[in-house]
Amino acid sequence: MPSLTDYLILSALLFAIGTAGVFVRRNLITILLSIEIMLNAVNLTFVAFGRALGSVDGQIIVFFVMTVAAAEAAVGLAIVIALFRHRESLNPEAFTTLKW
Amino acid sequence: MLLFYVFALVAVVASLLVIAQRNPVYSVLLLIASFGALSGLYVLLDAPFAAVIQIVVYAGAILVLFLFVVMLLNAPHEDTDEDLLRLKTINAATSRLRGGPMLFGVALASLFIVELLWALNRVTGAGRFDPAAADSVSSVAAIGRVLFTDYRFAFEVTSVLILVAMVGAVVLARREEAAPAPPARK
Repeated sequence: MPSLTDYLILSALLFAIGTAGVFVRRNLITILLSIEIMLNAVNLTFVAFGRALGSVDGQIIVFFVMTVAAAEAAVGLAIVIALFRHRESLNPEAFTTLKW
Repeated sequence: MLLFYVFALVAVVASLLVIAQRNPVYSVLLLIASFGALSGLYVLLDAPFAAVIQIVVYAGAILVLFLFVVMLLNAPHEDTDEDLLRLKTINAATSRLRGGPMLFGVALASLFIVELLWALNRVTGAGRFDPAAADSVSSVAAIGRVLFTDYRFAFEVTSVLILVAMVGAVVLARREEAAPAPPARK
């Protein structure tokens, strides 16, 4: 049986992959996907801790995180569509009008 | 024990490939594979409810929405520096500076891994899961009871959140038909 620490290490790895993706990639869609990776890493932590503590609260928080992720994906993709219509590009460097 | 390592390996490798692909379609499909592996891990953690909603909501709804947008926009490949130079979106000086944030991101992620591994290796007492608690955690009836009693306010707020997100998405992505002229492109 893997221990709680194994699940936490796996979760940390996934979160770090998501963090690297947000910084390294130059595509708005892939950046949103990296955010989804990070949210799922956190979900894994919640479920593992809930299992370790013998409580269902961890899975309930996962339910709420997924709801927020769905809302975030819907609004984020709508913004991406609007931006793409404006500049015909998905590169975040193309949207620097507000940059000081 | 073996299953844990198989699922963990699939999740990590698929997530790495997600951020290594230039084509977002492959990224989304690999992320579905990663989420499938995570769903298997939830089963190992005696959380069948989380495993099922991971597949149904995440792989079935959210990632299909991503796939839909990727194919709708029809701009699959990420621009390379050469493309951007050709399009005059950036100049040569910023092209050289672009390596800075990337290095910072990779360094930050590596530092994060090292720090967390160091911290987690010092944890003691976080040992095995209690097999006796498996039944109380895996019961969907227990989850439903807690969700609709202790968390009923959060549950109701969730429905408002989804309504707001739906209206927001429709308003943001709508094409403005009454606009007199398209805005001048910079």
